[in-house]
Amino acid sequence: MRSLRKIWPPLAAILVFLVFWEWLVWVNGWPNYKMASPSDIWPAFWKFRWLFLEYGWQTLWRTVVGLLLAVVVGAGIGMIMGFSKTMRDALYPLLVGFNAIPKATVVPVIALMFVGAHDFNTILIAFMISFFPIAVSISIGLSTLEPEYRDILRSLGASNFTIFRKIALPKTLPEFFGALKVSVTLAFIGTNLMEIVEPHGRGLGHLFDSGKISADYPLMFAVLIALAVLGIVLFYVVVVLERIFAGWAERQET
Amino acid sequence: MLNTASALARGPFFASGAWMTESLIDIAHVTHAYQTETGSVPVLNDLTLSCAEGTFTAVVGPSGCGKSTLTRLIAGLMIPDEGVVSLHGERVTSPRSTVGMAFQNPVLLEWRTILDNVLLPLEIVPNALSRKDREARAMDLLKLVGLEGFESKRPSELSGGMRQRASLCRAIVHRPEVLILDEPFGALDAFTREDLWQTMHNLRAEESFTCLLITHDLRESVFLADQVIVLSGRPATVQYTLDNPMSGPRSLDELYTPEAAEKLAILRHEIQVAQGREVA
Ligand SMILES: Nc1ncnc2c1ncn2[C@@H]1O[C@H](COP(=O)(O)OP(=O)(O)OP(=O)(O)O)[C@@H](O)[C@H]1O
Ligand SMILES: [Mg+2]
Repeated sequence: MRSLRKIWPPLAAILVFLVFWEWLVWVNGWPNYKMASPSDIWPAFWKFRWLFLEYGWQTLWRTVVGLLLAVVVGAGIGMIMGFSKTMRDALYPLLVGFNAIPKATVVPVIALMFVGAHDFNTILIAFMISFFPIAVSISIGLSTLEPEYRDILRSLGASNFTIFRKIALPKTLPEFFGALKVSVTLAFIGTNLMEIVEPHGRGLGHLFDSGKISADYPLMFAVLIALAVLGIVLFYVVVVLERIFAGWAERQET
Repeated sequence: MLNTASALARGPFFASGAWMTESLIDIAHVTHAYQTETGSVPVLNDLTLSCAEGTFTAVVGPSGCGKSTLTRLIAGLMIPDEGVVSLHGERVTSPRSTVGMAFQNPVLLEWRTILDNVLLPLEIVPNALSRKDREARAMDLLKLVGLEGFESKRPSELSGGMRQRASLCRAIVHRPEVLILDEPFGALDAFTREDLWQTMHNLRAEESFTCLLITHDLRESVFLADQVIVLSGRPATVQYTLDNPMSGPRSLDELYTPEAAEKLAILRHEIQVAQGREVA
């Protein structure tokens, strides 16, 4: 009952949005190459439903693997920077510079570097684009740990690892999940950039590209919608994980 | 050292004077400096003091004179440049589990309940207690400080005074020999602070620890301690020691007697000397 009450407002909002969209296209009499309407999109979607399933799965798993890689490497770098001020000072400019490079320019470079290695390229870009927020959030979370927290355990003879496990790690989780929500979306962008750019690629990005080449505008719009749906799903998976592991940090509703 | 909760060692601290003899904390000619980018900052200078087993020592001194540094040395979190810190005559070279600490900031872990926060030291310090015995021990302490019924709450649901009470419980749950309190009541309002003084008396009556309290509140030092030590300005050394032995739990009224007023006046004067405002 309660979950029902929670679920209907967003559903209603989506419905209103679709109706408004349909109405807008209809009122302006836009042709479908200018702006496809929801009623154009559904047939396109249905016609290619098996491709959508197959390519959607490819996009999804590449994004998730890239993201997992970003979590592991980002957390590693974040820990190194969080625990050592020297390493923080040393790595920060490098990291910021790396992050400042627009990834759209890196995509063709990578695509050329590893020609044909579709999965590898895609995962690499997804990883590169999404690990930065994770590294930064973890390093900030660890470096701002008040010394008293450490002293409480250290004065009892606890090892650094115990202090990390009992205090630093749980204390950093809320920041980590905040960053992960950003990274999910970024990883998704990364995957699709590569899929679109790479010749003979796979995934939804490739489907989008095929739509473009064959001037099938409703198909292109259908891909956008499919991407949005996947994005929503991934984002809420992270939200659920956050509830489970860092639910204590949520503000009590009053 | 840790027995089951039922076999609580009841502290005989107010019973006789015999316990005053053996010293537990010994700090001998300790000199310490912090090395910073701008050079060496001398903080402690040839500081010597000792605390007898079971006694309560308050340390007062000007702000920034090195009081927290002193606590970190006793806890073994740092090693002094010169001099010796020893517990039971044994030189302190690293942290040991027979020490408990509480700070001005209660530093409770937000993701744990109050009970689990108090249990934290028992997860670190080696002990043979079962989960049930640990909880019983923690619950006894929570009851003693008036937090019964709050054990499953989160720290954010408690007031500042209650959090500090929980922090005290955590500091002594593993039955430390030495309890180090670094301005634990500093951030509390006057009424809550006086409540907590009472709580300290209750804890002392039930638990066996030797306490070193850092404070800025002279009334607090006179009310709680057997001995009040005034440190000089940085680099700190012992400037004055006030004997204030306790014969039993004090009541707040005793702070308003002529004797107490005299002690407070002496301490106030010493602090001013330490701050360099008056000549001794
Ligand atoms: N890690 C450190 N590195 C360099 N200097 C430090 C460090 N910790 C403390 N100091 C300096 O040493 C002096 C003593 O510090 P300490 O914290 O022991 O003083 P305190 O008496 O506890 O002060 P307060 O009354 O403010 O609590 C201060 O001047 C402080 O600036
Ligand atoms: Mg201090």
